[in-house]
Amino acid sequence: MAQVTTEQPAAATTTTEPPRRRSPWGAWAFWLARRLGLAILTLWLVSVLVFFATAALGDPIRAILGKDYESSPSRVATLEDQLNLDQPLVERYFDWLGGLLTGDLGTSLSNRLPVSELIGDRVVNTAVLVIVSAVVMIPVAFGIAMISANARGKRLDQVIQVILLGLAGVPEFVIGILLVALLSTTVFHVFPAVTISAGGEGPWQNPGSMVLPVLTLVLAIAPYVARIVRSTLLEVLDSDYVELARLKGIPEGVVMRKHALLNAIVPSIQVVALQLAWLAGGIVIVEYLFSYPGIGASLVDSVRNSDIPMVQALSMIIAAIYVGVNLIADVLSILFTPRARTAITS
Amino acid sequence: MSVLTTTSVRRVTRQKRLFVGMIITAVVVALAIVGPWIAPYGENEIVGKPFTHSGSFLGTDYLGQDVLTRVLAGGRSILVISVLATLLGMVGGILIGVVAAYVGGWFDEVVMRLNDVALAFPQILLALLVLSSVEQPKWWMIVLLVGASHAPRVARLARGVALGLVSRDFVASAEALGESRIRVVIAEVLPNMNAPLLAEAGLRLTYSIGMVAGLGFLGFSTDPGAADWGLMINENRLGLLVLPWGVLAPVIVIGVFTIGTNLMADGITQLAEKGDDS
Repeated sequence: MAQVTTEQPAAATTTTEPPRRRSPWGAWAFWLARRLGLAILTLWLVSVLVFFATAALGDPIRAILGKDYESSPSRVATLEDQLNLDQPLVERYFDWLGGLLTGDLGTSLSNRLPVSELIGDRVVNTAVLVIVSAVVMIPVAFGIAMISANARGKRLDQVIQVILLGLAGVPEFVIGILLVALLSTTVFHVFPAVTISAGGEGPWQNPGSMVLPVLTLVLAIAPYVARIVRSTLLEVLDSDYVELARLKGIPEGVVMRKHALLNAIVPSIQVVALQLAWLAGGIVIVEYLFSYPGIGASLVDSVRNSDIPMVQALSMIIAAIYVGVNLIADVLSILFTPRARTAITS
Repeated sequence: MSVLTTTSVRRVTRQKRLFVGMIITAVVVALAIVGPWIAPYGENEIVGKPFTHSGSFLGTDYLGQDVLTRVLAGGRSILVISVLATLLGMVGGILIGVVAAYVGGWFDEVVMRLNDVALAFPQILLALLVLSSVEQPKWWMIVLLVGASHAPRVARLARGVALGLVSRDFVASAEALGESRIRVVIAEVLPNMNAPLLAEAGLRLTYSIGMVAGLGFLGFSTDPGAADWGLMINENRLGLLVLPWGVLAPVIVIGVFTIGTNLMADGITQLAEKGDDS
């Protein structure tokens, strides 16, 4: 690729090719920087939203103390001091943001420990849960999609479609509770209904207790992925180049694996990412349901105790996961799409 | 809106998913509305010991109240809050999306960028954030929070649909005739967006039900003591081992309800894709 570094007079250029001033790597770096900048801008606006939704709406002290609010003015004063409520709102926001950026997440109101200490292990636990669920979900969803696409229009396909559609609408806690009743408490007694982990030990050291949370998350997101992958597969299977491959006498199984599946990967990355990002919110209810020691269950507890610093920190973490997953998905789908790749570098 | 003419009624019955979805939804809605009147006991009446088979066939809950009665009485709040939240989210989202598409330019750019920020927020998180600094949530707060979390998602869709319309000839000719911009949006753009928006409304209703019931399940009640499907699950969780119906009955009703509304949404999409809906 020749680089045109000298500025040519506009009138002299008659070639149709636009002058390239940046190398492909430079274009890549520029694109990535722009995309990262947008992600950071988004997170900053999210931080504004998080802070003002928790600090400015409602009355945190009244929420924390409940009925004690009237009876103990001294505790009100202590809390006001702890939350720095005497300072103006904007100043408090910048204090908080500064702490966030330097890794100081504040002090939990309910047990007076630094927030970062309280949630360190929990972030790891949640990451494990999400990653295990994704690793199980992706092959399952793709497998179902392939079976369904293979049997297009037949009874099997229709049955799979109806089941997927049914599952897709049902809230995750409904799936979870039905699984608990089926596999843990009422019909069979195979897996524990709650995650019990001794302090300091990760829940994966007791794999049986992870089965139900993972299964719930998989059942909650696999239907969406399977449906999208199926319709992408069908689209590809109807295309000219697949027809040509068939006419050349390539067996149907190879057509499906080599031609259809590979071409369905890019659209699938987007939907998988969307569902993984959804997990960032979905874990809240699922972790609470199974008492899984992750950030989701922690968030519910903190919201109930009006532990504002915890809520703020956990919300930022969840939003960051969400933004991060979307960013990675964008980069991956650009990398896998030659046309988009050229669009950036040229 | 040609959904109510006789030919389209025949078309709807031929569309199996839409038809089944509508029937399921209608049954659950009827149960929720009529329920409180046909309930065998009072909503807070103690009919026996907790988690025993006294009362009607589903037994009693954690306080000894009749589970069947609570299920029959507990649907109205979820139904009303979900429908209002869906309406709010749809109206707000359509307003943002259509105006952004119609005005265009930097306004569109800024609004949709802010919209992307709102999208970076998992839906339930917004509700939890605000609930953390509120002592006792009111029902309208849940409506506002759930509705507000839908709006950016609806806005993105509405903008996409409207973008395909604002450049069409009939919009240009209405503008050439000197119609006011608001009138153009209301009379020309909106009526042509029916099918995708109707499908979106069905989907949003499904998610609303899930979120409203989910918040109840997490224990955030707008009216402690009152029967509510989501809250019932939370209240009776400890009894799952002893007498599962206090948990399973509301769970099943919520599940069936969401299956119904989701089938409906999917049926509308199918109908629109066939191109015989205008």
